[in-house]
Amino acid sequence: MTLYFTKDHEWIRVEGETATVGITKHAAEELGELVFVEARDAGTVVKAGDSIAVVESVKAASDIYAPVDGEVLDNNPQLSDDPARVSSDPEGEGWIVKFRLSNPDQLSALMDADATPP
Amino acid sequence: MSADTLLHTPLYSLHTESGGKMVPFAGYAMPLNYADGIMAEHRHVRDHAGLFDVSHMGQVRLRARSGDGEAAALALERLVPADMVALKNGKQRYTQFTNEKGGILDDLMVARMGESLLLVINAACKDADIAHLQDELADCVVEVLEDRALLALQGPEAEAALAALAPAVRDMKFMDVLEVDVDGALCTISRSGYTGEDGFEISLPAMDASRVARKLLEQPAVKLIGLGARDSLRLEAGMCLYGSDIDETTTPVEAALEWSIQKSRRRGGARAGGFPGADVILAQLEEGVSRRRVGLLPEGRAPVRGGAPLYADVEFATPLGKVTSGAFGPTVEAPVAMGYVATDYAAPQTSVVAELRGRAVPAVVQALPFVPARFKR
Repeated sequence: MTLYFTKDHEWIRVEGETATVGITKHAAEELGELVFVEARDAGTVVKAGDSIAVVESVKAASDIYAPVDGEVLDNNPQLSDDPARVSSDPEGEGWIVKFRLSNPDQLSALMDADATPP
Repeated sequence: MSADTLLHTPLYSLHTESGGKMVPFAGYAMPLNYADGIMAEHRHVRDHAGLFDVSHMGQVRLRARSGDGEAAALALERLVPADMVALKNGKQRYTQFTNEKGGILDDLMVARMGESLLLVINAACKDADIAHLQDELADCVVEVLEDRALLALQGPEAEAALAALAPAVRDMKFMDVLEVDVDGALCTISRSGYTGEDGFEISLPAMDASRVARKLLEQPAVKLIGLGARDSLRLEAGMCLYGSDIDETTTPVEAALEWSIQKSRRRGGARAGGFPGADVILAQLEEGVSRRRVGLLPEGRAPVRGGAPLYADVEFATPLGKVTSGAFGPTVEAPVAMGYVATDYAAPQTSVVAELRGRAVPAVVQALPFVPARFKR
């Protein structure tokens, strides 16, 4: 398992071909308490940079972008009833989307946990 | 505008000391929220008392050159559709500056204090409003009160909190205005606000603002509240935000603000018309309008925000208008919005459809406000 970060303050936990994506503690603090989270449906094929989810605070909507190419496998079912879980535990229970990597080589362009303090 | 050219209100240090997340707003560095966040701040105002810095707003004293208060009221009636002459000493009223097409240049509060009128205008419109007053009211002196700050204290515990420093405010009713000493500062206090709660707006000398604000904050019921919660509170209260819900292209009648146009200024009234766009606005009062501002309750949990198109149908075949403000309402605990729809669809409980990220979100037209007002009448 390897943990990566993007410059958009997302984290990606890679286990084999599967990547789990969420937002960092810093991003969660910046957004404030979330009131709504909506992720792309399972089966959606995305390119790096495509929106894979929208997180909304009282004030504003923010996109979560696919860090690398892949296909959405699942999204966090807990978040439809309790979007604030992203705020309270952004790097654990508040994960947003799981997807299958279609081009794992792209991971090398991301920052790993050792290089970047979350 | 870069951070170092933003203006600061007299409470800037208090905001930064208190963990305010400062953002640019109408040329000022203003607090969006503090450590507790928008949701908690919003609820604190509905349950207790919140202190807002609204010193970025413009404060203007208008006097007739003759010195006569009624002459000043008559002069201001040349620019607004409300009855200013009937506004009693020590009372406040809401109105709009209109343009020749009946559109709204700004909305404002006007208080009658002796022979003067005190105007509170929006920060973003300040310069244009002052120029407008100076250009159009040559018979008046327009004094911009640059050295005064403005605080708002809002919520069910606002009266007790302010009365601890100024007992006389207990006797004020909604829209009353009173000059009161608060901790040695001569304040002009109105019982009004922008949250739908009981509360006060406190105009005071800039040099006293930080001290008085800190005195109020010593009371456990009172917390600082940022612009984020101010926006969600006013939206739940059904109040317009200038530049979003009303602007130069919307008339007071389209905006459902006709309650602010008294009979004396309407057709057949003692001083009918005589303000810019009166022909358009007075005709609309009698003949109706093709679109109206309404409240909207979107289905589900997703906030529908300003700019979202509105339709009659899920196929998006019949456009009705658009959303002008939308957010998640922390007190309603659901998304709330307002916007303009074709008049045939403006009746409460009418079903409409908002377009959100390409999808159809059903919404129901809802009578405003979303949260009942708790003014002290």
